[in-house]
Amino acid sequence: MAKIKIEDLKKIKERVQAENALRHGDRRVRVTVHMGTCGIAAGAREVMTTLMKEIEEAQVSDVVVTTSGCMGLCSREPEITVEIVGEEPIVYEYVNENKMRQIFRRHILEGEIQTPFVLARGKEQS
Amino acid sequence: MNELSLHILDVIENSTRAGARLIEITIIEATDRDKLMIEIRDDGSGMDEETLGRIMDPFYTTRTVRRVGLGIPLLAQAARAAEGSCAVQSSPGGGTRVTVEFRLHHIDRQPLGKMDETLATAIAGNPEVDFVYTHRIDDENYRLDTRELRLVLDDVPLNSASVIAFIRNDIAEALAEMKKRSRTGTEC
Repeated sequence: MAKIKIEDLKKIKERVQAENALRHGDRRVRVTVHMGTCGIAAGAREVMTTLMKEIEEAQVSDVVVTTSGCMGLCSREPEITVEIVGEEPIVYEYVNENKMRQIFRRHILEGEIQTPFVLARGKEQS
Repeated sequence: MNELSLHILDVIENSTRAGARLIEITIIEATDRDKLMIEIRDDGSGMDEETLGRIMDPFYTTRTVRRVGLGIPLLAQAARAAEGSCAVQSSPGGGTRVTVEFRLHHIDRQPLGKMDETLATAIAGNPEVDFVYTHRIDDENYRLDTRELRLVLDDVPLNSASVIAFIRNDIAEALAEMKKRSRTGTEC
């Protein structure tokens, strides 16, 4: 590989392993960023980038991120679904970088659903 | 979509939904030939002849939720606007290869955009999939192979936030350096 610095990567590995050793329990939250053509065109990639930066800054390791396709409500994109273990999934609409930061800090970290941005509750239909 | 890296992300997401385990993205910018070539190849389930024959039709999709499939038609339109072309090869069980060509300096060519964010997003959302990203600008070459990263990372998942930040920064820095060198010319 032309650029990757293996020593830096090894340091990251050691840091993440140390963080995981301190963590109790499994994944607490799953965030799905809807990444259909409509979502990508509306800004889903920027939402994902913001989410990953927030996770890194907060140094949490119990949030898992995934992507899925279009759920059929293209005009409401970008959409994300936040699933906290033991709670009903929440689908957020018209998410942008600022809303993503707010959802991460208030809902994902503190459990407070950001009602003004909510599109629906419950699992998406495939 | 206003940049080509978003189209690339869209094709990658299609590949992951077709069950791909390895996705290879190759970008070649050849200034002397005034060409920009993009190839995305996967080892997913592939398509039969009927599906492949209708792939450029925006009103054809295999989905049931939303009855339009705009991804490839939009990419093909972006290529045509820059005197380029778009081709898709696929067979059931044999994976899919999307190749797109553009005139590099065509005034209507969309910018390539943020490939660092596209790759970071694809890896973050699909940590079970391996990616090989090769980017060539004239004589300069960058390559990222997540299979090599896994060897160093052991049990640390590829989509750990720190690893994703590392990948994103590495790609951004490498591409910026390559572009700078290709503009100024390297000394022999």
